[in-house]
Amino acid sequence: MNAISARNLVKTYGRVEAVNNISFDVKEQSIFGFLGPNGAGKSTTQRILTGVVIPEAGSVEIMGYSLFEQPTEAKQEIGVVPEQANVYGDLTAWENLMFIAEIYCMNKLKAEKRAAELLNLFTLYEKRNFKAKGFSKGMKQRLLLCMALLSDPKILFLDEPTTGLDVESKQIIRDVIRRFHEQGKTIFLSTHDIEEANMLCHEVAIINQGRIAVIDRPANLKQSIQKLNWLEVTFGGRVPEEKEFAGLDGVEQVKKSGHSFILYSSHPGKVIPSLGKLIEEKELELISLHTQEPSLEEVFLHFINNEEAYRKGA
Amino acid sequence: MSKATALQASIKRTIAISKKNTKIYYMKPPVIIFGLLFPSVMFLAFIIGRGLEPAQLTPSILGVAVLFTASAVGPLISPWERMMKTYERILTAPISLWNNIMGDIISGFLFGLLISMVPLLAGWLIFGTQFTHIIPLIIALCLAVFCFSALGSLISALPTELPTNAMMLANLIRFPLIFMSGVFLPLQELPEWAQIVSYISPLTYAVDLFRWSTGEGNFINIYLSYFVLIIFIVIFVYWGKIAHQKAIKVLY
Repeated sequence: MNAISARNLVKTYGRVEAVNNISFDVKEQSIFGFLGPNGAGKSTTQRILTGVVIPEAGSVEIMGYSLFEQPTEAKQEIGVVPEQANVYGDLTAWENLMFIAEIYCMNKLKAEKRAAELLNLFTLYEKRNFKAKGFSKGMKQRLLLCMALLSDPKILFLDEPTTGLDVESKQIIRDVIRRFHEQGKTIFLSTHDIEEANMLCHEVAIINQGRIAVIDRPANLKQSIQKLNWLEVTFGGRVPEEKEFAGLDGVEQVKKSGHSFILYSSHPGKVIPSLGKLIEEKELELISLHTQEPSLEEVFLHFINNEEAYRKGA
Repeated sequence: MSKATALQASIKRTIAISKKNTKIYYMKPPVIIFGLLFPSVMFLAFIIGRGLEPAQLTPSILGVAVLFTASAVGPLISPWERMMKTYERILTAPISLWNNIMGDIISGFLFGLLISMVPLLAGWLIFGTQFTHIIPLIIALCLAVFCFSALGSLISALPTELPTNAMMLANLIRFPLIFMSGVFLPLQELPEWAQIVSYISPLTYAVDLFRWSTGEGNFINIYLSYFVLIIFIVIFVYWGKIAHQKAIKVLY
């Protein structure tokens, strides 16, 4: 079953097409990354999926409930951490949580128990009776996560959850995402932190100019741009000339970096045998050889820069 | 989910919104200024140098207090929450727009009712105002407070993230209402054109009912006044819902 199904979503602001006819599914119990540069339509899409923004066209299903026809049922299934910290500053951390418990119609005792657990988990329990307006950004973000998790939602929406946070807060939040996923929940992570998406996500969508450029598993995306694969080879003793590598099978480009050479190739498997021959012939002293696949960042840049070309190819 | 369970959940959510508003907004400066200080100043302005018996002024003061206190909280809530980015929290939660609007109206209603007790009790205990129709007065008071609280919620639908904009609009509406509703002078003493204008103000019907409750006599049929107040409530609540829906579309 899909946790989220979005179909043909359209949202414009004046002449700007913030979201341009996008459709995708998020599988239940997965971590789905939503990547894109600033202004690509990430936040608008997430705000549509969470019921903040009403699109001009399209439909959204959350755990089988239509977001626009059964909003209460659909929203009961989700927890949201928006991009900007939006706790109630005039309420204490505890009051913020109890307010959420009341609007989700939770049993009071159960809510208090869960609130205490979450505050402990996010190291905020000692501050529970402090007004949230005195909290740091990291503390507010952790309190927002507590609020999002209090009702034990099936889907957690996170919009840039670690942006601008200290290392400790980032780590806590990432650990909680993993733990939450282990409990069988679905996570929709909107981020521009590619490394974070790479670490956490099972599937990522890259959005640009309101359109989805690609959706796939991070590993598949990396494979899809094989031409960015490269080998790093380091020599001791005599360092060969750059031109000596130019004729090797499969090598498309060579770059020298100190005693190392970076050999770019679409087919790294072809390069290695011919490289072995060259080493033997030239009596070179090989110190190390690494093959490297493209990083998700390179994939991201590739799809953002070549979106049009990719679409034509696809 | 059965209809009864859904209704129960809906009521719980409305109460939760109302409780939250009570904790956050009752002590905000605009609420204190327009909900407490302004009616107090108006009371002094009425009483000093006019040579009137304070007991005679109780219905007028009650009218001003009801208008200002009941509509003090409402206009602040939504713009304040938009400014503080907590409004999105409400939109993502399983709360209908009805729950949210009714929660806002109830918090304004409770604030208005609580503060309106001050001139009412002062009139009764200190100035010796005779209340000849207690139960009808309480009903009139509740209807009037609910009506102006609904008006406050309607004003808060102004698509703005600045509370001052909504407060300005609130004053733009409230001040003319005082002058056109027979608060300073009984309706029968107003010129004919002013009497006609006064019929479009809900405060007219509220103050006339207050006057009747203190034995001063009514200008409008009391049943008509109750009915018109109810009509104004229905209009403000439904118009408020439509206006809030539009504001959400404009702002998000």
